[in-house]
Amino acid sequence: MLETLVYWLVGIGLAFDLFGTIGLVRLPDVYNRAQAATKCVTLGTCMILLGVAVAAFGGAVGPGVNWPMAVKALICAAFILLTSPVGAHAICRGAYISGVPLWEGSVEDKFADRAKTIRQDQAKEGTVQGEEAETS
Amino acid sequence: MSELFIQIAFGVLMVGSALCLFRIGRGPTAPDRTIAIDILGTLIVGFCCLMALWTGQEYYMNIAIAWALISFVGTLALAKYLEGRSYDA
Repeated sequence: MLETLVYWLVGIGLAFDLFGTIGLVRLPDVYNRAQAATKCVTLGTCMILLGVAVAAFGGAVGPGVNWPMAVKALICAAFILLTSPVGAHAICRGAYISGVPLWEGSVEDKFADRAKTIRQDQAKEGTVQGEEAETS
Repeated sequence: MSELFIQIAFGVLMVGSALCLFRIGRGPTAPDRTIAIDILGTLIVGFCCLMALWTGQEYYMNIAIAWALISFVGTLALAKYLEGRSYDA
């Protein structure tokens, strides 16, 4: 019963991981790839970690309840769930500001104005810093 | 855990890692490669979990937690580097 639950959790996680990496290869531009890969692989790996936690709580790994492994698996799952979207968001923002174009089939671009002001601010700061560096 | 299931799971994760490596090598822009490296780090956490299930040793979970932390910091550093750099070709 418990082993069956662990098999299902790990199997679903592996399927999500595989679909996420297939999306990473097949989709047309950076933003689509980031969206597909990050969502699928984050949740897939969290499922695998949940499977490990269930196995350790149920005593399927080693003799008795393996408390350290279960708690560490849950901590790792919470950490990945918190940090992976933050990292993907930072990369996509950096990609847009550095000027990677959208796919030609994209229909909406709400970040364009904001990105323009950010680039102008960066250019201003760059010149000011450059002048200071030259004078000092 | 059954040996066969763990081996099939390792095979699936290796196929996923190979697809990530394809994107790292081929990726037309730098953000493509950065995202693929981030995903590869998350897949390696999955490898560590499977090793923990297979061997029953708990220290593989320490490796998984440390890998997730370092991978996150590296991703943020690369993202900030991309933001301050103009895109050429």
